[in-house]
Amino acid sequence: MIGTNSARAQAAENLLSIKGLKTHFATRAGVVKAVDGVDIELAKGEILGLVGESGSGKSITGFSILGLIDPPGRVVSGSMTYNGKDLTALNEEGWRQLRGGDIAMIFQDPSMTLNPVLRIDAQMIEAMQAHANVNRAQAYARAREVLVMVGIPSPDERLRSYPHELSGGMRQRIAIAIALMNKPGLIIADEPTTALDVSIQGQIIHEMKKLCRQVGTALIWVTHDLAVVAGLADRIAVMYAGRIVELGTTEEIIENPRHPYTKGLIDSVPSRSTRGSRLHQIPGMTPSLLNLPQGCAFRERCAYAVAACGDEPLNTIEPDGRAYRCWNPLGGPRP
Amino acid sequence: MTTQSTSEAILEFQGLAKSFVTPIGVIGHIANLFGARVKKTEIKAVAGVDLQVRRGEVVGIVGESGCGKSTVARMLAGIASLSAGEISYQGVRVPDMTREQRRAFDLGVQMIFQDPFASLNPRMRVVDIIGEPAVVHGIVKSSEKRDYVTGLMEKVGLSGAYADRYPHQFSGGQRQRIGIARALAVKPSVLICDEAVAALDVSIQAQVLNLFMDLREEFDLTYLFISHNLGVVEHISDRVVIMYLGKAVEVASTEDLFDNPNHPYTRLLLEQLPLLEARERDYQPIVGELPSPLKPPSGCPFHPRCPHVMDRCKSHMPQLLPVGPGRVSACHLNTPA
Ligand SMILES: Nc1ncnc2c1ncn2[C@@H]1O[C@H](COP(=O)(O)OP(=O)(O)OP(=O)(O)O)[C@@H](O)[C@H]1O
Ligand SMILES: Nc1ncnc2c1ncn2[C@@H]1O[C@H](COP(=O)(O)OP(=O)(O)O)[C@@H](O)[C@H]1O
Ligand code: SF4
Ligand code: SF4
Ligand SMILES: [Mg+2]
Ligand SMILES: [Mg+2]
Repeated sequence: MIGTNSARAQAAENLLSIKGLKTHFATRAGVVKAVDGVDIELAKGEILGLVGESGSGKSITGFSILGLIDPPGRVVSGSMTYNGKDLTALNEEGWRQLRGGDIAMIFQDPSMTLNPVLRIDAQMIEAMQAHANVNRAQAYARAREVLVMVGIPSPDERLRSYPHELSGGMRQRIAIAIALMNKPGLIIADEPTTALDVSIQGQIIHEMKKLCRQVGTALIWVTHDLAVVAGLADRIAVMYAGRIVELGTTEEIIENPRHPYTKGLIDSVPSRSTRGSRLHQIPGMTPSLLNLPQGCAFRERCAYAVAACGDEPLNTIEPDGRAYRCWNPLGGPRP
Repeated sequence: MTTQSTSEAILEFQGLAKSFVTPIGVIGHIANLFGARVKKTEIKAVAGVDLQVRRGEVVGIVGESGCGKSTVARMLAGIASLSAGEISYQGVRVPDMTREQRRAFDLGVQMIFQDPFASLNPRMRVVDIIGEPAVVHGIVKSSEKRDYVTGLMEKVGLSGAYADRYPHQFSGGQRQRIGIARALAVKPSVLICDEAVAALDVSIQAQVLNLFMDLREEFDLTYLFISHNLGVVEHISDRVVIMYLGKAVEVASTEDLFDNPNHPYTRLLLEQLPLLEARERDYQPIVGELPSPLKPPSGCPFHPRCPHVMDRCKSHMPQLLPVGPGRVSACHLNTPA
């Protein structure tokens, strides 16, 4: 399940396969290339951490996989297949069937999922009946089951509550439970714990990981904080200015980053070992996606830039699946 | 919680408490006419906290959402009134202060908020946001305001050329810098940072944390640093206060606390700290949630979630007692039955 050679080699078995995804927004100021050539291969049951600064295109990548891009945004090119099914060919009804059924999304803000005027039981039963041919009693039983799975105490009582009667952590867990209702093959979680306490964040990550392992659900976990996915993901994809600039197993990425941006992200995480010293800062700011610099988009902030960086870096893919877009990678030259 | 002589304390508080009373309301009154027994509800958001903050120190305050961290901060910054307890600044109790001392206290303790956008007036230019309080308090003359502001902007890493912009024209990290410059403009000694980096990306968070440390040196600042991010607190603090349900349950130096936590709640919290390590972690998450302060548990407030709970924990509230040099903890495990 981990990104080992064999798992990578069996691309045919992959649950999700995205190639050359480009999602652009036509704005008055120009074309915002929010996602500009993203490839993702995800095996069944695999957990992928999608990491990057705000505005790097993480959410838009997730929304694209779920057909949630509204004008002026548009998926302008690329192929996306899920379980062998061509997602780009789906019509609105096809997307509706897929969303909340076989692919579920958890948003940063649980109010994106929860309807404030409906009781939890009504929402959960509806979420199930929209996708499965079950009666109310069966749907209720499943709702109760998933609430227990995400660690909600006294589920029957919670099912009778309205969202505003619950704490933020509880609401987010219910949003996660709703995502689990129909036993999805893939969950896309967009910073679902960023606004929560460490204690709740720890619980939710723990539960999600257990669930994925038990049920074989694949997970894409979007975050700006590498530390959050370090203990969770099998592989990590680092995103910068609309592209995945580095991909590898969690261990490789954390212990031996090849891309200077990944290294910058790792070094800026505060911890006990940084106490009393200055944190490493990545200089400058994320570039505007309206007019990216020629060549490597990270060039103006990169301490390792060389003359070649004026050209766009090619994606180096090593035999074991490790990949990075950099002309002058850390830890040795490109093979 | 006396760990140092009082003279060193720049800010000190004892028995700090805040209750929020939710009135019955019109509907409740009408319901009561018909025999319903709707009562006023009282939330003890902060239920007696003592602390001495030494000059130049960075004290971290950690605890789950709703435990009362922001309420403590707001009382110290003079934004919220106290229900009980007292505050001293530079050795003088607030009620005993002369007008001059009171003014020094009001200006000397400044707060920086979590949401850099909500706390900046969207219709004001940055030059006025940062400079106006300093003019009002007679720290600079109106004619010198612009120079004063551009100087401060450069100090926090913003170009003075942006002085005439409005807040929405800045990124999140830049807006947080504006909030910091505004606080610095009145020459404070104590900065209370309430989740001041929580809304920022790790890379921008690093810039702002570095800025706090630089300013600490340059302006001889003391910080109260509230955060639920244990990595941030461990990085920046000298001493840490762990709060639970309106009370401090452990206070210790950062080293002692992270190397050798005493209170069962602290131990569990530390296990939640996400680490930059690619290893499978098999930890036990803290079960359940912070109980409602409307119905606090009897005895030790942590007992419903504590893995070490004993009989006496359910009936007797443990007191904060010394458990080593300069550290206190409130747990019955530290005292033989
Ligand atoms: N104005 C108010 N009226 C009623 N209750 C309040 C009010 N302000 C705060 N409280 C309650 O007081 C308690 C402490 O709130 P406080 O904002 O200090 O928590 P906190 O520790 O800062 O939490 P967070 O980490 O979410 O910011 C909570 O139970 C909260 O609901
Ligand atoms: N509706 C929109 N119109 C124009 N630009 C957009 C829109 N939605 C997102 N973008 C831009 O796309 C980029 C990527 O956004 P997003 O995927 O939300 O980033 P993040 O990595 O923070 O999730 C950003 O530059 C954002 O400003
Ligand atoms: S390609 Fe060049 S500028 Fe870009 S990250 Fe690599 S070394 Fe830095
Ligand atoms: S007093 Fe008892 S319940 Fe409270 S923390 Fe200590 S052992 Fe646990
Ligand atoms: Mg996003
Ligand atoms: Mg708060």
